[in-house]
Amino acid sequence: MSEERIQSEKMAIFLKGLWKENPVFVMLLGMCPTLAVTNSVTNALVMGVATMAVLTLSNILVSSLRKLIPAQVRIATYILIIATFVTVADYAIKAASLEVHKALGAFIALIVVNCIILGRAEAFASKNSVGKAALDGLGMGLGFTFALFLLGAVREVLGNGSFLGMPLFGERFQPVTLMILPGGAFFVLGAYLLLFNWLKKRKAEKEEEKIVFFTGEESI
Amino acid sequence: MVTEQYWFIFLNAALINNFVLSSFLGICPFLGVSGKISTASRMGAAVAFVMLIASLSAYAIHQALVALNAEYLQLISYIVVIASAVQLVEMVIKKFSPALFRALGIFLPLITTNCAILGLALFQTNRHYDFFQSLSFALGAGAGFTIALVVMAGIREELQLSSVPDVLKGAGITLMVAGILSMAFMGFAGLGGNG
Repeated sequence: MSEERIQSEKMAIFLKGLWKENPVFVMLLGMCPTLAVTNSVTNALVMGVATMAVLTLSNILVSSLRKLIPAQVRIATYILIIATFVTVADYAIKAASLEVHKALGAFIALIVVNCIILGRAEAFASKNSVGKAALDGLGMGLGFTFALFLLGAVREVLGNGSFLGMPLFGERFQPVTLMILPGGAFFVLGAYLLLFNWLKKRKAEKEEEKIVFFTGEESI
Repeated sequence: MVTEQYWFIFLNAALINNFVLSSFLGICPFLGVSGKISTASRMGAAVAFVMLIASLSAYAIHQALVALNAEYLQLISYIVVIASAVQLVEMVIKKFSPALFRALGIFLPLITTNCAILGLALFQTNRHYDFFQSLSFALGAGAGFTIALVVMAGIREELQLSSVPDVLKGAGITLMVAGILSMAFMGFAGLGGNG
């Protein structure tokens, strides 16, 4: 019984990053890479996976050192830990594909100052066990990757007429170039926020209707 | 690249490839503290000041790291130096101008995690700028950041008086406005090539 509860608690830690506390759409953290590297699906995915790796590893290390790090210098320590893993990720991507590394440019190094990672280290990893911190890092990282993928997919399909580099439409497709330019990033993210707000509102309205319906029946 | 005129580097960082609106650096403060013109301009000034210091120290560190053949330490040393530079600036301002210190408030320590600063240091290293080029790059980036922040704050102050659709309230409308601003800044591309 209690084991089941632990299991479901772990699941909840993992899942909350995906949707309920999605770092990009709900908490509006890590905006810089979200907007800058989502001009194609490949870039978005590489960036998402790199961030997820750094997030998980730094969460694990911060969590396992949480009793050793003095409170006064904790932020500096977190930043050093994160910077170490980002350097590793930077060199790993460079070794795997020079082309992608060039496309992402300085934004891989800029994972260091991604507020999501420092935020999770401070808010979650420094207070929880290693296993939970790892799950939290994976969940948040997946949520971030998912958000980047959604943005990248819209921008690449509309702005370049392709998906993962493969052309989708015939010769006659006229791409909306604005979508892969900086302005498009703001518009697409704004549109997603609009969509999610609308969904949330509709859900709330439906629930309200339900309550009205129930109370109405009772009075009869 | 190396022979670029200083003026052009300045214009490029400030307008043509504006740090906020076309390189997406420093979006968090751009969305966070652009509510009022007064706070936006103070934040802009503080960031511009730290940028200048960070750029100069990044230049020095890069020279030292190349001499020691330890470039893999670049990222770690940059972030440490930026964090300590922010701390130093905070102490100096507190000592010499308590009024300014109070005005900047919480914004000063927050500058450490502003990606515009680290981005500036990384860009100038990647592009092999010499000392004076780095200097004009930092000045331009600071000016560009301040311009973007103040313009955005001006628009948002007006926005409070207009009726925005319910679903777009908050971050949604801010992002839409930023998109339009970014398109407007694309017009500056006519001033010169992209660097």
